Amino acid sequence: MSNLLEIRDLHKSYGDVEVLKGVDCTMSQGDVISIIGSSGSGKTTMLRCINMLEEFQGGTISIDGQEIGYELVGGQRRRKSEKEIARQRALTGMAFQQFNLFPHMTAARNIMLGLMKVKKLNKEEARSIAEKWLDRVGLRSRADHFPGQLSGGQQQRVAIARAIAMNPKLMLFDEVTSALDPELVNEVLQVIKTLAQDGMSMLLVTHEMRFAYEVSNRVIFMNQGRIGEEGNPKEMFHKPKSERLAEFLKTSSFG
Amino acid sequence: MGYTLNFAAVWRSFDLLLEGLALSLALAVGAILIGAVIGLVIAFCLISRNGFIKRPAGVYVTIIRNTPILVLVLFTYFALPQLGFRLGKIESFVFTLALYSGAYLAEVFRAGLLSIPGGLREAGLAIGLTEMQIRTSIIAPLMFRNVLPSLSSTIISLFKDTSLAAAIAVPELTFEARKINVETFRVIETWIVASCLYVFTCSILAALMRQVERRLSLPR
Repeated sequence: MSNLLEIRDLHKSYGDVEVLKGVDCTMSQGDVISIIGSSGSGKTTMLRCINMLEEFQGGTISIDGQEIGYELVGGQRRRKSEKEIARQRALTGMAFQQFNLFPHMTAARNIMLGLMKVKKLNKEEARSIAEKWLDRVGLRSRADHFPGQLSGGQQQRVAIARAIAMNPKLMLFDEVTSALDPELVNEVLQVIKTLAQDGMSMLLVTHEMRFAYEVSNRVIFMNQGRIGEEGNPKEMFHKPKSERLAEFLKTSSFG
Repeated sequence: MGYTLNFAAVWRSFDLLLEGLALSLALAVGAILIGAVIGLVIAFCLISRNGFIKRPAGVYVTIIRNTPILVLVLFTYFALPQLGFRLGKIESFVFTLALYSGAYLAEVFRAGLLSIPGGLREAGLAIGLTEMQIRTSIIAPLMFRNVLPSLSSTIISLFKDTSLAAAIAVPELTFEARKINVETFRVIETWIVASCLYVFTCSILAALMRQVERRLSLPR
């Protein structure tokens, strides 16, 4: 079976600063992978390269066999057209740290926008899908509320529903609980857990070590722009091979 | 002094003033609508990272904003025909005011665009929207809400600028008032009435804009 995600020798720099220094990673359908590591290790950048929110200078990323963002034309690496990149972005869904809900649209409209503009569904179809997903994240009754009328946790759940409703092959979660008050974290993690149980393929950047331990079937530890260590959560958290990971875990919420 | 106010002569020509006011409003609406489209396009150009797009937009805004509107009005009506570009009085004025309002509105919109968090664009991209779809469905509607307070004062100011059309004999409110003034010699009365009409209309416009603001404000 081909890999759902295949990252080969990924390099990314901001000016002279190399943030990703040759990352290789594969994941299969149904995998739930947590990416952990200290700030500045390149976790979020890697996630953002996967849906081309960041350009990358070297290496390849493929989702479901499709090479993302760039193509070789006459031996030259070229950025694909905006339209093609937009189409490829829809292969993944992304939930952000700051939720990023469109503040002038109700919860339902937030979800319907992509369905109508990208998937070209009519309003009724889009509304029914939006309601279905709002129901799944426990917010059916908030369908016609604006983001400003929802708590942080509720907003994040709507944002997750908005991404999932597009039926992506892979969900990317970028520190989705970091901006939440502690008492709201759990409701969001619960939603992600349910999605994982349903077989959704996910890549999560997280600082919630306990959650990463419980929900993932694999953990990647990023260190200074490279994958420092990877493996199943039990081994990684209980018997870290590298000193760097052991140190990181000691200072994290898992320790 | 011994001057007695007598509005009778002005009242007799009041319908002329109202016709002038109607034309003033029409000039303003036409110019502002065209100017809003120009302003929006220029605002997106101004925040572009591409110098070939950004610089010409900046030059346009600088030239227009640093030229008195009366000079622009006279230039368009008297000088452009010499270059083979001839427009009627009304079209010429609407064209000028549209260009003028485009430059002012571009600055208003630019400030509004800069106030929108970048995360919203990324959220749009992440669900597969194109840049154009993000602009029309997310950025522009939010930007309009953000700029409504300053937009309302710009619109009122542009409406008042229609009085400059009198300089090329467009029969709007100021032109009609001047005509009545000359015909009746009731100088003070004529200009008091004309001023009251301007103040009244501007107040209505401000109230309407406040209403729009209230309507579009996001529930919290």
